[in-house]
Amino acid sequence: MKLRPRDLPLLVAAIVLVTAFAAGALRYDHFASVAVVRNLLVDNAFLGVAAVGATFVILSGGIDLSVGAVMAFTGVVVAALVERGGVHPGIAIAIALALGAAFGLLQGAIIRGFALPAFLVTLAGMFLARGMAFAVEPQSRPIRHPFVATTLNESATIALPLGETSTTIPLTVSIGAVTFVVAWFVLRQTPFGRRVYAIGDDLQGATVLGLPVAATTIAVYAISGFLSALAGVVFVLYQQAGDPTACKGLELDAIAAVVIGGTLLRGGVGSVVGTLIGVLIYGLIQTIITFEGTLSSWWTRIVVGALILAFVAAQRGLERVGRRLADA
Amino acid sequence: MTDAASDPRGMARVLRAPATWALVALAALLVAGAVGSPGFLSVEMRDGRLYGTPIDILNHGSKVAIVAIGMTLVIATRGVDLSVGAVVAIASAIVATLVSQKGVAWPIAMAGALGAALLAGLWNGSLVTFLRLQPIVATLVLMVAGRGIAQLITDGQIVTVRDPAVAFLGNASLLLLPATVSALAVISALAWLGTRRTAFGLFLEAVGENERAARLSGIPVRPVLLVAYAACGLCAGVAGLIDCAYIRAADANNAGQLLELDAILAVVLGGTALTGGRFSLLGSVIGAMLMQTLTKVLYVFDVSADIAPAPKAAIVLAVCLLQSPTFRAACSRHLESARARLRPGTEARP
Repeated sequence: MKLRPRDLPLLVAAIVLVTAFAAGALRYDHFASVAVVRNLLVDNAFLGVAAVGATFVILSGGIDLSVGAVMAFTGVVVAALVERGGVHPGIAIAIALALGAAFGLLQGAIIRGFALPAFLVTLAGMFLARGMAFAVEPQSRPIRHPFVATTLNESATIALPLGETSTTIPLTVSIGAVTFVVAWFVLRQTPFGRRVYAIGDDLQGATVLGLPVAATTIAVYAISGFLSALAGVVFVLYQQAGDPTACKGLELDAIAAVVIGGTLLRGGVGSVVGTLIGVLIYGLIQTIITFEGTLSSWWTRIVVGALILAFVAAQRGLERVGRRLADA
Repeated sequence: MTDAASDPRGMARVLRAPATWALVALAALLVAGAVGSPGFLSVEMRDGRLYGTPIDILNHGSKVAIVAIGMTLVIATRGVDLSVGAVVAIASAIVATLVSQKGVAWPIAMAGALGAALLAGLWNGSLVTFLRLQPIVATLVLMVAGRGIAQLITDGQIVTVRDPAVAFLGNASLLLLPATVSALAVISALAWLGTRRTAFGLFLEAVGENERAARLSGIPVRPVLLVAYAACGLCAGVAGLIDCAYIRAADANNAGQLLELDAILAVVLGGTALTGGRFSLLGSVIGAMLMQTLTKVLYVFDVSADIAPAPKAAIVLAVCLLQSPTFRAACSRHLESARARLRPGTEARP
């Protein structure tokens, strides 16, 4: 396999992930254990799902700031329907997912239809979804329905027999894994995926080529809305509650993970594999800081900020080298 | 000068003026507030100072307005500064820690906080000009890391401030008005002088309109960008001092939370496009006051502070749509066809 310059950021991200894990394993006892890895996956499953949605939008050259608010909104919708409305959780989740997709579709339609900046429309969407979340449930509402507590959170786990270190994979992690695989397939193996890259790379060119630019743009925001709702459902399963204050600013964590994973915010370049690595790096930093014990939680922010800078600066450098090679 | 109402072209120009729709929305909100609560618009004089809801709006809107002025300069260059909320947290953390824990005199503490804010702005500007990062990514770095730095400064604690000089900006009055309003007036005047009485404003617009063309015509693009981001950082620093003065404390975790978004909304509502170029400082101040008035009016109508973002979003979207050329073209098409249907026999005007 030939290594292209644009794959380098991905490779570097993977090296950072492996190095950070190795450093943790050398420095702390019990770090390189199945339990730590399991927690890493469980605690970041909802971020992963949200980051996949952000990857679609960013690849298409847009941005979605409404992710965290839509997650909170769908969370309280599920909680309200199940606990107050007596609706079966399966149906409540289906309704929440449909609402999320519709919300994203509407945002996409406004962005595309009225040529308004995505930044603004999704910012308004963020305020709207957050306000609606509080309108549905002013406070956090626990979900006690046995279908959520027992069927989804216990029966739907996959047992992983690893001898002494046998463990289970909860449904939330499975949902995250399936999301990544499906997103990878859609982006890499379908005409729709190629269109997402095309409009992110060169919107005018894609328009001139006669690609269905409008439909693709709107679909991308609908996908992001749907995945935000799915991330909200994963969060509800994780917390067993619907909380209107949940996931404030999560869209920025998702964008940070996407950027660390080598996807350019300008659009057209990147991959969902990079996003997976970005999310894992993000989670690993938090794990290491917890293990260190003496470091306060705010170091997470500082390290993540520094990593974003390091990655985008490295990408810039690579681009310049690549251009010089192309010129020579 | 032609009468705007009698001359359709003059009327069209007024309708297209950047801040018009924000002003219309502001007037509508004030009327709504007055209808909902009869004393809404009244202002009275007490202890040599003006009191009343409009003064309150001015007072509380000033912080966002000051940040919005800095943000306008950055957005004019086709940039954006996501880090202003974090810079507010840093500035307020520095002034509070220096005064309360290190026993530094207040003028030095304030200068230190503003100096740090200026540095933050220069840092953003350097990433944009020298590393050629997209502004949204360049400022995302400080947005994520900055709040961590502020928490590092205060050691994660809420640092209270007893020094009356530091609290002055948040509570005292100057010339009948709250001191924050005076600060806003001074900063607006400086920004206006700096951009409209020198060539700097034109440079900003030229860079935002077409950076390449600006460079080729000899405009010092890099210094212009650096100054814009530095000024934005400095404005955020002033907002940090105000924030610290209001609550007489520095809360690194919550100070300036979501302020970047409020400021960007204020700028856009004021008619400055995110795509750069022409900008309106007055529009941004009106935009900030519009958001603050909206908050007050929602209180009048008993909308809880938690739900308030939803109607805010609706109004923001409405104003943005009214400013969107695509939306206006669609509307005028509909109007024309409606008019043609109402008056059969007469041709629809082109």
